Amino acid sequence: MIKVENLTKRYAGQPAIQDLSFEVSQGEIMGFLGPNGAGKTTTMRILAGFMPPTSGRATVAGFDVFEQSLQARAHLGYMPENVPLYSDMRVTEYLNYRAALKGVQHRRVAERVGDVEELCGLKDVKKKLIGTLSKGYRQRVGLADALLAEPDLLILDEPTIGLDPNQIRQVRELIKNLGTHHTILLSTHILPEVEMTCSRVIIIHKGRIEACDTPDNLLGKIRQAGGIVLEAKVGSDNGAEELKKISGVRDVVTDGEDDWKRFSLRVESGIDVREEVFRLAADRHWAVRELTQRRATLEDVFVELTHPDVV
Amino acid sequence: MRKFYTLLSREVRGYFHSPVAYVVLIFFLIVSGIDFYFQVSFMNQRQVQYTVQEAFFNSVFFWFAFVLIFPLITMRLFAEEFKLGTIEPLTTVPVRDWQVVLSKFFGALIFYLILWVPTLLYFWIFLRVTNQSAAHSAGAYFGSYLMLLLLGMFYLSIGCLTSVLTRNQIIAAVISFCAITLLFFLGLVQFILLDITSTTRDLLGYFSAIEHMGTFSRGVIDTRPIVLYVSMTIVMLTLTYQAFQSRKWRL
Repeated sequence: MIKVENLTKRYAGQPAIQDLSFEVSQGEIMGFLGPNGAGKTTTMRILAGFMPPTSGRATVAGFDVFEQSLQARAHLGYMPENVPLYSDMRVTEYLNYRAALKGVQHRRVAERVGDVEELCGLKDVKKKLIGTLSKGYRQRVGLADALLAEPDLLILDEPTIGLDPNQIRQVRELIKNLGTHHTILLSTHILPEVEMTCSRVIIIHKGRIEACDTPDNLLGKIRQAGGIVLEAKVGSDNGAEELKKISGVRDVVTDGEDDWKRFSLRVESGIDVREEVFRLAADRHWAVRELTQRRATLEDVFVELTHPDVV
Repeated sequence: MRKFYTLLSREVRGYFHSPVAYVVLIFFLIVSGIDFYFQVSFMNQRQVQYTVQEAFFNSVFFWFAFVLIFPLITMRLFAEEFKLGTIEPLTTVPVRDWQVVLSKFFGALIFYLILWVPTLLYFWIFLRVTNQSAAHSAGAYFGSYLMLLLLGMFYLSIGCLTSVLTRNQIIAAVISFCAITLLFFLGLVQFILLDITSTTRDLLGYFSAIEHMGTFSRGVIDTRPIVLYVSMTIVMLTLTYQAFQSRKWRL
């Protein structure tokens, strides 16, 4: 559905994205992750036909986004960052206008506008001026607009920014449901969101792709960053030294000032040492109040890839 | 065509959704009303060689209001969209750039024509009260309003161009005001500089809006100004279209 080859964009000589290549196939939900200024919005703007790349090529549904911009644009629904809207129009009026611009058949406009208003929870505010809406509602108007023409591809630039947790959950559900019919490319800062909704993730940093894989595989790659946490009262024992003797434990970090100590164990990948830890604690009569395996999150992947020095 | 119509209706409605439209309408009504009243009362006191209608379209009041309204009408056209970022959703739907440019131009033109509708009423009232027509013939009315349309097209297209060049409405307004005023005074140079040759004088006369209006409001339809203003409008709109497309390279 999307094919990007060696895409580069420079602003006044300064590269915003460099040599991006990736593909998104039909029916995928692709998550676009990266710190601020990594080039997410630039990439999405190029794909949406808002501006041309400096070099490289991108196609949407087989149409070049620049050479055959009109056909490419007809296949996508784009929700820009910060959702710029005409504040002097009413919600339904705006959606009617957008539907006509997108070439929705005249007799289907009312039906489509009704549908997206229902879907995005805009029924209560449909007669309000857009200028008086809250950030969350404006966001939903933007999403409704993107969905209007039932496009094959949705490009959503930070669709959940500025929403409250309930709305985020609703939008996440909405996106998941949409994923059954549409191909979606979305960018976000919220990592759990990507883990829950996306089938594949691209991590972009300083204009380059750092990783492109399924969330599970990405996590697999840095399983080491996970480990085991033990919180126990070890008395006069040197807990860290004892724990290090267990085979498979690479490193132990001790926290806590009072009697309760918190040990973070880094273990070799693929080994579960929780049983040995339990036996050790039982032998030494340590009181244990927590023993858990910490799973690596996408946040770890993200931090590791975009801030190598922190880890 | 439907997309163009949709854009156009949004443009025209956009004027009436903003207070600027009403301010311009009221300002214009007041000035043109005063103009009409002054002309009639002036003519009541002495013998003159021209008609009420000619006086109305050639007075200082008229030109003062006339030059001022174009920047007010056109400054928001593109600058506002750039500023608010609404240009992004607008240019990522399948509409062509020329549809956007022309819809903005014709939107402004329609609003401009709406401004003139009340002036028809003045002549009607004059006719009812005095039982005399305000002009020699129907052709004089036609000529005046045709000239208004031609000048309006040209000056509005200049406004379109200045608005597409910036994201600041004030700058757009100032530049278009300067450009329109300069063009307007080009026709007055012949009265200011007396030592210029008659060829230069004739040449400048071709660009004189005042002279054109003078001829047309007598009912004399000269094709030269028609060609001038229509072709200049096309040139300005072409430049606007090019400047609008250049955003892709400037970004």
